[in-house]
Amino acid sequence: MSVATPPKTSWTTRTREHAVDALPPEKLLPDSQPTYVASWIYVFGVASLASLIVVVGSGTILALKGPAWWHETGIGHFFNSIHLWAVELFFFAMVVHLWGKYWMAAWRGGRARVWITGAVTFIVAIPTALTGYVSQQNFDAQWISTQAKDGLNSTGIGAFFNVTDFGQMYSYHVLLLPAAVIALVVGHVLLVRRHGVVPPFPLESVRPSPSSAEGAPS
Amino acid sequence: MSGREDSGTWTGGYAPYDLVKELCVAVGVIALLAVLLAVLFSSPDDPPSTIAQWSRQMPVDFVSTATAELDGSSGTGGYGPPYNHNGSGQHIAFIELQKWLGVSHPIDTANDFVINPLRSVPGAPALHSAIATYQAAPTKTQEGWSTAYATALEKATTGPNGAVRVAPGEYGPLPVMMNGLLVLAQSGGLDGALLSSRQFYKTDYTKPLLFMADGGLLSGRAEQQHLLGDQWGMMNETGSYPGQVWLWLYTLWYQVEPFKSSENADALVMLVMGALSLAFILIPFIPGIRDLPRRIPIYRLIWREHYRAQRT
Repeated sequence: MSVATPPKTSWTTRTREHAVDALPPEKLLPDSQPTYVASWIYVFGVASLASLIVVVGSGTILALKGPAWWHETGIGHFFNSIHLWAVELFFFAMVVHLWGKYWMAAWRGGRARVWITGAVTFIVAIPTALTGYVSQQNFDAQWISTQAKDGLNSTGIGAFFNVTDFGQMYSYHVLLLPAAVIALVVGHVLLVRRHGVVPPFPLESVRPSPSSAEGAPS
Repeated sequence: MSGREDSGTWTGGYAPYDLVKELCVAVGVIALLAVLLAVLFSSPDDPPSTIAQWSRQMPVDFVSTATAELDGSSGTGGYGPPYNHNGSGQHIAFIELQKWLGVSHPIDTANDFVINPLRSVPGAPALHSAIATYQAAPTKTQEGWSTAYATALEKATTGPNGAVRVAPGEYGPLPVMMNGLLVLAQSGGLDGALLSSRQFYKTDYTKPLLFMADGGLLSGRAEQQHLLGDQWGMMNETGSYPGQVWLWLYTLWYQVEPFKSSENADALVMLVMGALSLAFILIPFIPGIRDLPRRIPIYRLIWREHYRAQRT
C-alpha cells in the first residue's frame, strides 16, 4: 500500500515544515546550554514557569470543587492558601526574572519579541490576579471590587468589564485570562528556544573600566 | 574569545544541561514552598458584609445612605456612566472615555435601592401610602423633605428595637419609608431584593455592593485593615498578608500630587500606568533606557564566571 505524496500546497505540510524549520527538536528540547548560562539569575525564569504550573494546578482543583468549597472546608481553604502563595511566588519570580533580563539587555540579537511576550505576560497577569481577588466572595472581594471599579470606569473599561459582577469576574479568572497568560508563556518559551539564551555583552563593545570588578571585561 | 556576538548566535562552548529535569525539580521545589507557606501562614478569608449586618450595626448610617440614594445625592446617585447620566464621569482634557462608553449597568438609586424594594413589602398599607405620597409630591417638596431629614439624621438616636429616631420636623413620608426600609434591611430582605437579575440564579452583585459602598460599613472595616486609598490599600489585603504588591506603582501615584487631589485621579493614574506599561513592553526600542544595561555593569556580576573564563 503506497501513500500518495502530499501536494506542496498542503497547509498541513507547510505548517509542519515551517515549525520544524523554526524549531527543530534539538532546539526545542536541547540537552546542552551555552557555557555562559551559569548564574542564579537564570533560575527565576524556570521558577516563574514552575510557579505558574502550581498556580494552574491549585486553581484547577479550586475550580473543580466550585467557588464556595474553599470557604466551607478546611481542605478547600488549604488549597486556596496554596493558590495564593503560588501566585505570590509567581509574581516574585517574574519580577526578578524581568529585572535580570533587563540588565542582560536580553532583547539583543533579534530577541525583541522574547522581551515583549515576557513583558505582556506580566501585564496580563495583573488583571488575572485582580479577577481572582474580586471573585473570593469575602470582604476582600467586596472592598477591592468597589474600589477597583473607579479606575476601570474612568477609562470606559468598566462598561464591559464589571468587577462587581461575580459571575463575569469568575469566568475571566478561571478561563479567559489564564488562557491568555498560558498562551503568552508558551509563545515566550518557544521564542526563547528558537533564539536561544542571550549571550553576554562582547568584550569589545564594553567600555573599559579603570576599576573593573573581578571578572569584568577589560 | 570566540562565540561572543552581540546580535547573533552563540558559537562558543556548550555544557550538558537537562532542561526537563530542571523544570520538574523547579515545580517540585515551588510546590513544596507553596505548601510550606500555606501551612505556616494560611490565607485570609474575612466574611463579607451584608446589608442586614450594616443596617443592624449602623442603623443611622444605613438610613442616611438610603436617604441620599432616594434624593440622588449619594456617590452612586451622582456617579455618571456606566451607572447613570447624573454625572459626566472622569476625563482627561477633551477625552471622556467614561462618558463615551455610556451607561451599561443602569442604576436609578431612588427606585432601585429604595422605592422598588419598599413596594415589594407585602401587607403594609401605611408604607405604600407613604410611597404614594412621596411620588406624588413635586420635586422641590421631595428635596425639602430629604434635606430636612438628612440634617435631622445627623443627631439621630437609635431605639431599643433598632429603629432610628429623629427630632420632630417637616420630613413628609420619609420617616415611614426609611424605617420601613430599615426593617426590610434588618430582616435580610434587602440583600436579596437588590440583586439585579430577573433569573433564578444570580451572580451580579453590582447594586448591593454599590449601595453598601455608599455607606460607612465597608470603609470602616477597610480602614481597620489598612485598605483605604491613602493607606496604600490597593496593594494591601485583609490581615497581614502580602496582597497585590505588584500594584505598588499604581497606588504610589494616588499618594502624590497632582493625582492625590485631582477629581480625575483615576483617569490620570490609568493614563500614566498605561503609558508606562507601553514603555515597559517597548524597552528594546527606546534609546537611553535600552542602553542602560550596557552602561551600568550589572552584567559583570551576572556573567562573572564567563568573563573570568575569558580572561584566563
